Amino acid sequence: MLEIKNLHVKLEEEDKQILKGVDLTVKAGEVHAIMGPNGSGKSTLSYVLAGREGYEVTEGSARLAGEELLEMEPEERAAAGLFLAFQYPVEIPGVGNMTFLRTAVNAQRKARGEEEMSAGDFLKVVREKAKKLKIDAEMLKRPVNVGFSGGEKKRNEILQMAMLEPKMCILDETDSGLDVDAMKLVSDGVNALRDEGRAFLVITHYQRLLDHIRPDVVHIMAAGRIIKTGGPELALEVEHNGYADILAEVQ
Amino acid sequence: MALPQAKQDQLAARIAGLSFAREGWLGAARGEALARLSAMGLPARRDEYWRYTDPTSLTAVEAPAAKVFVADDESPVFDAIDRVKIVFRDGVFDPAASDDLKLAGVEIERLARAGGAHIHWARDVYGVLEARGQVPVQRPLAALNSAFATDGVLIRVTGKAAKPVSLIYVHESETSDAILHHCVKVDSGAEITILENGPAAARFSKVMEVEVAEGGRFHHVRAQGRDHERRAVTHIFARLGAGALFKSFTLTANGVLTRNEAVIELAGDEAVAHVAGAAVGDGAFHHDDTVFVTHAAERCESRQVFKKVLKNGAVGVFQGKILVKPGAQKTDGYQISQSLLLDEDSQFLAKPELEIYADDVKCSHGSTSGAIDEVALFYLRSRGVPERAAQSLLVLAFLAEAIAEIDDEAIAEDIRSRLEGWLARHER
Repeated sequence: MLEIKNLHVKLEEEDKQILKGVDLTVKAGEVHAIMGPNGSGKSTLSYVLAGREGYEVTEGSARLAGEELLEMEPEERAAAGLFLAFQYPVEIPGVGNMTFLRTAVNAQRKARGEEEMSAGDFLKVVREKAKKLKIDAEMLKRPVNVGFSGGEKKRNEILQMAMLEPKMCILDETDSGLDVDAMKLVSDGVNALRDEGRAFLVITHYQRLLDHIRPDVVHIMAAGRIIKTGGPELALEVEHNGYADILAEVQ
Repeated sequence: MALPQAKQDQLAARIAGLSFAREGWLGAARGEALARLSAMGLPARRDEYWRYTDPTSLTAVEAPAAKVFVADDESPVFDAIDRVKIVFRDGVFDPAASDDLKLAGVEIERLARAGGAHIHWARDVYGVLEARGQVPVQRPLAALNSAFATDGVLIRVTGKAAKPVSLIYVHESETSDAILHHCVKVDSGAEITILENGPAAARFSKVMEVEVAEGGRFHHVRAQGRDHERRAVTHIFARLGAGALFKSFTLTANGVLTRNEAVIELAGDEAVAHVAGAAVGDGAFHHDDTVFVTHAAERCESRQVFKKVLKNGAVGVFQGKILVKPGAQKTDGYQISQSLLLDEDSQFLAKPELEIYADDVKCSHGSTSGAIDEVALFYLRSRGVPERAAQSLLVLAFLAEAIAEIDDEAIAEDIRSRLEGWLARHER
């Protein structure tokens, strides 16, 4: 599903190398987790994949279902099936959450040559999915993320994911700022989307989230590279011993 | 103080070709307006309230030519709204294109027909509110209008109007120079919506005086046309009685020069006045909103919401003032003026002012100028919304607070679709 090869990325403005040769392959149906200390390049990886400005890819490639992502505009990547759940979801005053969701769903459908969803059908689907995430009608009416609590923002990200039905979902520290109950809600939302044709890349600092969203593969990222890859037990090892041992072992 | 000779000469040249009938109540009102004008002279760039907008083309003897613009790519604004249409073509009333001037609860007369008598309700409004509005800021072009307006409508609202009265200004001649003056009197408890649209003329001067009695409600929505070259100076003077409501919204898309002044006096307790504008300009566009709200009674509320989207060197101006007179306690005044600059060539000039002589008031004002929020743009695009559509969405969101001042949802939706059309046409 997602195939990243030898990805090198630097900041456009500072000439600072952040990613120094990332190799990563996520197959359809799999859940991969990336853990790593602060500043290891985890969030940069997610932004570069989604197409945020300010980064320069100096080497390497990233393919989604065989298509080169790095040459696409952000909206094309989304239509191709990529979704990034933001660590800090953006507030957009003046744009209703519902309008935003419907515009996004229909823009992607249009880009794929599919028929747009009617207002009635859309409403039905969104209500049903929102209910599972405990997002009430009032939240749907409010401007995008404006006045939402941290937990509400993250649930709203998962609602967008559920509506857009992407093939490749990247969750960037979706657990940050969540209490136990909210973490359970968000995880249930993610787990409900797990299926054969969909893959997940879960970026997190803590093992806690991975108790809820069980990964197939765990990667440890440090200094712009994946330095170790293993099974779920790797996350537990980090939880118990921190990153120091792993870093030392690799060096 | 005598006017300098150069100013006297300039004014004499400007009004040499203009005249009015001296008869009746209107003749008297015009005479007084001319006296006001003669004492002030025409505005010049040196004047404090013309520092950001050059009045030369508005005061010139000849109106600068403006190509007629035919917007055949969309239906006229308000087309789907059931309304009484009154059409002026280059400032001349067009009876064939207009509806019968009949509406239950409303008396409508043409100014050109109503002026000869000695007694008329409009005698207490015409030129009267304009004259009150000359202090403390002089507005000579409004006085010129009161003196020389060739036509207009006098609207007396005695009940709840069943539908809006719609003033349509058609521009057909490249050199037309039109002066129209309207008076609206809303009686106690009565209610009306006035719609205005169209560029009107190559150069257009318009004054609307609005008197809203106790508990009366006045709604005004205006779309100033899509002509690229027209010039306009408009004034709205309003005086509100106790518990009266005044709401005015203006959409301006293009036009080389627009100066919209609103002068509002909250004269009765608990009156409410909202004046709002959304202006979008691309290229040779200079748009000036000059607003003066006077709180002269207790527990009144005023809101000024002005938003401008500017690109390719367009210029936006906002001069807004809230004056709270002594004794106007519990005043709630709000003023916001913001611009969204879509490039580095465009400019927004703002002069927000508060002058408060009461001690128990709540007044806030803010003025900002900024670019499209790149983070929000990326967020939208990351969800699959194409860049241009995302930008339009953010622009409409920016304008939303101004559009929200329109109470009628069908009219607001019409205005929104005009803006969407404009944004689609001006993507580059």
